[in-house]
Amino acid sequence: MPCANVTIMFQAAKSLDEALAAIDDATTLVVPREVSGVPMAATRALIRRGVKNLHLIALPTSSLQADLLIGAGCVATLETSAVSLGEFGPAPRFVAAATSGAIRIKDTTCPALHAALQAAEKGVPFMPLRGLIGSDVLKYRNDWKVVNNPFGNDDPIVLLPAIHPKVALFHAPMADRCGNVWIGRQRELATMAHAAAATIVTVERLHDGNLLEDPILAAGTLPAFYVDAIAIAERGAWPLGLPDHYELDAEHLSLYARMAASAQGFAEYLDKYVYERRAA
Amino acid sequence: MFMSAVRRDFRDEELLADVIARLIGDARHVAVGNASPIPATAALLARAQNGNMRPHVSLLQSRRHNFFTDGARELFDCAGQGRIDVFFLSGGQIDGYGNINLVSTGDYAHPAVRFPGSFGSSYLYYVVPKVILFRTEHSRRTLVPQVDFVSAPGTSERNVYRTGGPVALVTNRCVFTFTGGRFRLASVHPGHTVEEVIENTGFDFDLPDAVPATPTPTPEALRLMREVVAPQLAEVYPRFTAEVFGPPQSAA
Repeated sequence: MPCANVTIMFQAAKSLDEALAAIDDATTLVVPREVSGVPMAATRALIRRGVKNLHLIALPTSSLQADLLIGAGCVATLETSAVSLGEFGPAPRFVAAATSGAIRIKDTTCPALHAALQAAEKGVPFMPLRGLIGSDVLKYRNDWKVVNNPFGNDDPIVLLPAIHPKVALFHAPMADRCGNVWIGRQRELATMAHAAAATIVTVERLHDGNLLEDPILAAGTLPAFYVDAIAIAERGAWPLGLPDHYELDAEHLSLYARMAASAQGFAEYLDKYVYERRAA
Repeated sequence: MFMSAVRRDFRDEELLADVIARLIGDARHVAVGNASPIPATAALLARAQNGNMRPHVSLLQSRRHNFFTDGARELFDCAGQGRIDVFFLSGGQIDGYGNINLVSTGDYAHPAVRFPGSFGSSYLYYVVPKVILFRTEHSRRTLVPQVDFVSAPGTSERNVYRTGGPVALVTNRCVFTFTGGRFRLASVHPGHTVEEVIENTGFDFDLPDAVPATPTPTPEALRLMREVVAPQLAEVYPRFTAEVFGPPQSAA
């Protein structure tokens, strides 16, 4: 199984913590929406390590991951278009932090995050986007500008500066020993990786063979060129689901929603499900 | 939700989904965002009623009812080109100008209540021709004179690019249509009254002399929802489906 242009086979990280080493305090970290491969095992590892002051970008929304990181005190700034637990209700630690002022929130709208990461992906300084004019989302974003469409006539349009995350972090079904990662149709994961300075991936398993040699798999593959570290984490999205692989754990998410409703219940949740190792 | 003595063989959610399916009308592509089980039911019902895969229905969190292969941005690119005809939005607050608030109440810097966030509303409200607003709590708390935060405005200045916006607001009590920057009471659901709507609405709206009752779902619409739509819906909204339509039946 030759890896094109690579003489040394990609080494999967010895541990999750080793793979996550590049995420230090105050990292600008981009993570995917709740249904696209959320790295929950990695998230718990970051909380155990006590990472602080993250600038967390959830592309374009988040659920349990943002709520856990915020509740555990890992986040200084949150940039996203929404956080909720969906059918399981509001995201309680996000709501508590937003109302107490414990975190800074850069409210945005889904396509604005996609567009700003696409600008970084293309190496251009900004991207224009329709909508937004007359909204308070625009009013509170002094990093955005309204200009007149230079190709039009009296046509105001919003410009969004490119977002350059330091690290993109996500969970995917599989990687090969060349370091290629199969993301399937979750193409926003590729955008995240293209835009970020470094990409860290957890995967369910290793694939035997080179993903880029099979044209069907290659179309859904993020090449090793963009990937800096890979760790194997079976059921690494749990209790969220992994598209086409496993469903979310509804019972556990109900439990989380109940426990995280209070600060004390949330602390008990962390003890039981995040710092679980000592109990085992 | 309904305090009605009228004999009925349908649930409130089924009435609302049926109402929304009528509002969808003939469309090529209906998209449904997060946390919208009733609009999702309506979109799938509209498709089941047509029986010819029209409209295309995109449920954003679904694997099976979602044909996008270019990532989460494809929906927005699609909408930007005018390839989505109908979308649904709600709000923690909705005001009489059609402005919606999905962010917070009180002062933005020190919110009294924080909602999840604007999602795609600050964009889709402008570029989807038919946006149907829905809110299953019709009260002065939710339908307010003026929203505290504008996630997306109901109308725009003449020079702002805008090919879409709100056409109707469906609540647990009634249906409003939206034209000329104002809501107009279009029908009141069975078991509810115009007086009750006035009493529970925080904004001014146009009131015609005669307000009809909202038509109730036909037996065929109910059959389609229960036998065809419910098994499709369960993938994305297992809790809602179990609560409204009962335990899963074998897929139709």
